[in-house]
Amino acid sequence: MTETALEVESTTSRTPVLSARDIVKHFPVHGGGLLRRRIGDVHAVCGVSFDLYPNETLGLVGESGCGKSTTARVVLNLQPATSGEVEFEGQNLNTLARREMRRLRRSLQIVFQDPYASLDPRIPVNEIVAEPLRIHGLYENGGKERVRELLATVGLRPEHGNRFPHEFSGGQRQRIGVARALALEPKVLVLDEPVSALDVSIQAGVLNLLEDLQENLGLSYLFVSHDLSVVRHVADRIAVMYLGKIVEIAPAEQLFEQPAHPYTQALISAIPVPDPRKERTRQRIVITGDVPSPANPPSGCRFRTRCPKFANQLSDGQRTKCVDEVPELIDRGHGHPSACHYAEAAQLI
Amino acid sequence: MTPTDPTTTAGDTVLEVEDLTVQFPTDEGLVEAVRGVNYELRRGEVLGIVGESGSGKSVTSLAVMGLLPKTARVSGSVRFNGNELLESTDKQLSRIRGRGISMVFQDPMTSLNPVYTVGDQIAETILVHNDISKKAAHKQAIELLETVHIPNPEQRAKSYPHELSGGMRQRVVIAIAMANQPDVIIADEPTTALDVTVQAQILDALRTAQKETGAAMILITHDLGVIAGQADRVMVMYAGKPVEKGTADEVFYTPRMPYTLGLLGSLPRLDVKTERLTPIAGSPPSVINMPPGCPFSPRCPLSDDICDQEEPDLESGSDSGHLAACHFSYRVEGHEPADLFRPNAEDPLPAGATEGEVIE
Repeated sequence: MTETALEVESTTSRTPVLSARDIVKHFPVHGGGLLRRRIGDVHAVCGVSFDLYPNETLGLVGESGCGKSTTARVVLNLQPATSGEVEFEGQNLNTLARREMRRLRRSLQIVFQDPYASLDPRIPVNEIVAEPLRIHGLYENGGKERVRELLATVGLRPEHGNRFPHEFSGGQRQRIGVARALALEPKVLVLDEPVSALDVSIQAGVLNLLEDLQENLGLSYLFVSHDLSVVRHVADRIAVMYLGKIVEIAPAEQLFEQPAHPYTQALISAIPVPDPRKERTRQRIVITGDVPSPANPPSGCRFRTRCPKFANQLSDGQRTKCVDEVPELIDRGHGHPSACHYAEAAQLI
Repeated sequence: MTPTDPTTTAGDTVLEVEDLTVQFPTDEGLVEAVRGVNYELRRGEVLGIVGESGSGKSVTSLAVMGLLPKTARVSGSVRFNGNELLESTDKQLSRIRGRGISMVFQDPMTSLNPVYTVGDQIAETILVHNDISKKAAHKQAIELLETVHIPNPEQRAKSYPHELSGGMRQRVVIAIAMANQPDVIIADEPTTALDVTVQAQILDALRTAQKETGAAMILITHDLGVIAGQADRVMVMYAGKPVEKGTADEVFYTPRMPYTLGLLGSLPRLDVKTERLTPIAGSPPSVINMPPGCPFSPRCPLSDDICDQEEPDLESGSDSGHLAACHFSYRVEGHEPADLFRPNAEDPLPAGATEGEVIE
């Protein structure tokens, strides 16, 4: 363990603990007839690449249907990718044998969104947290103590371990989910909307807990959320997704201070802040329409159908480029990569 | 006693709710969902009701509309333009629902009828309350769709709800709500099911609806950001009771109730980098067989003996319109959340709140 700590010290900026390269995930769409022939694909994730560094939180944000949860699942190999590679500490997850994958799962764990659905109602909490230990053959040696310790770590009373999930509130249940994820001492935690189902006053406690755990255990988080305010609070870097692609990725402060992609800008300006005076004077970039179907995404830039820049500021010649050419996710002079041919940093807050 | 703002004259008030209580008898005991709500709604204003799940914010408005199940015990008074609604018959209420007071619900898929086109559904609302031809009603329906910024309203009127996106459906619901020029629009979590970019559009549409009809609006939400941007006055609810009332500025900048302050401190913000959030310990109380005293007391950093014995009333401080239900509101004024609430992650269970804390 000390070795990893040293590694963190020396290579934080260089060696990612987890990296995704060009992940593509298509889901087949079948017809309604007798043969249920395949009539197309939903392009859920289209060429997503990112690195997650040790002890870092990478926020993955976007609206529903943008592919953020699918990305998380593919990264964990819970769903096979259509193409692309995921590497964990230099090992390619896609080519691993089942047995090796199972061993690796110890290091890669997930916390789900709904603390009501993700805990088996018929099993007491002790057993829920012990399950990963049993599966990996670690329960025999001091597993019972370990479970008590885990419950205490997430701020629950160990003596409540023989209770059932329904006896706990939403926030407490989410803590149980976190304890279970921590049981095998993972290095990477994928948090899929971990606080979305919780009330504000409860949410803050869980967010603080996650922060403390990261600091004490040196965890890396892939934090998937639709809530940009939450992500700003927890993430070191943020990747914004739209319709299966990352449109902008930047250190948290930079993303909020100089967003360069029109979608990021629209997203930031659409989120209300709990400050009446600021709300009254804020300028809003309102985007029209809804997200196009991922079964038939627009050509070129996928955001162009709703893009305020495309609609109001570009000349016809410039628009052709948006229609014909997929914008690459590269640094366009703003200090971080963005996927817009005409990216321009704006100050919104 | 109803807290009355001195600037109000009787003519301004469209809706007056007084001592409203709602109870549901259940096998476990009496659920006191609403325990004494008072408010006045003036023409053209937006009242924001904010609270967490189970605070009674939705039940309050369902009681106003007379939409609660028969098992509910409702008492108090709800006066709409001077008429007592709680004593009205269903027939009388039907004349008011949709015309005098209309509602926008959270989930547009369940509030629209899946087997009728949206144009028909809007026209139906108009036909119920007005003696005009079907053709004229349809024409109005299309105009309404245009008002809420639905592109190609003529074609869209012929669509069924499932053919529309969530945002579009909610616009249709708003169009229905404004169809008969109501005096009051109650919007219950109107944007909770929607994405943020769509939320911005829907809030715009609601504003338009409110301006066009000149209606007063009650906006119910758990989202303090939405309230900050939309509401003129704010009522914060906790465990079935309003615990703070005031203008949006008063409530957000100088809260006088520890719960409000705690909520603001729990909120990660988009506009400023917060180092550490200050959560409120514990969770909201069960509203079954409530103990005496302030319901927030077990979670409150200022709690003292008196808090467990006596439930505080809504009282004003130095500024008359700004009310708070706290024995120690003077100790809240002028403080930051971090002054009162500790940002520790441990012990989410306050002493004594562990037993019987079965939720749902």
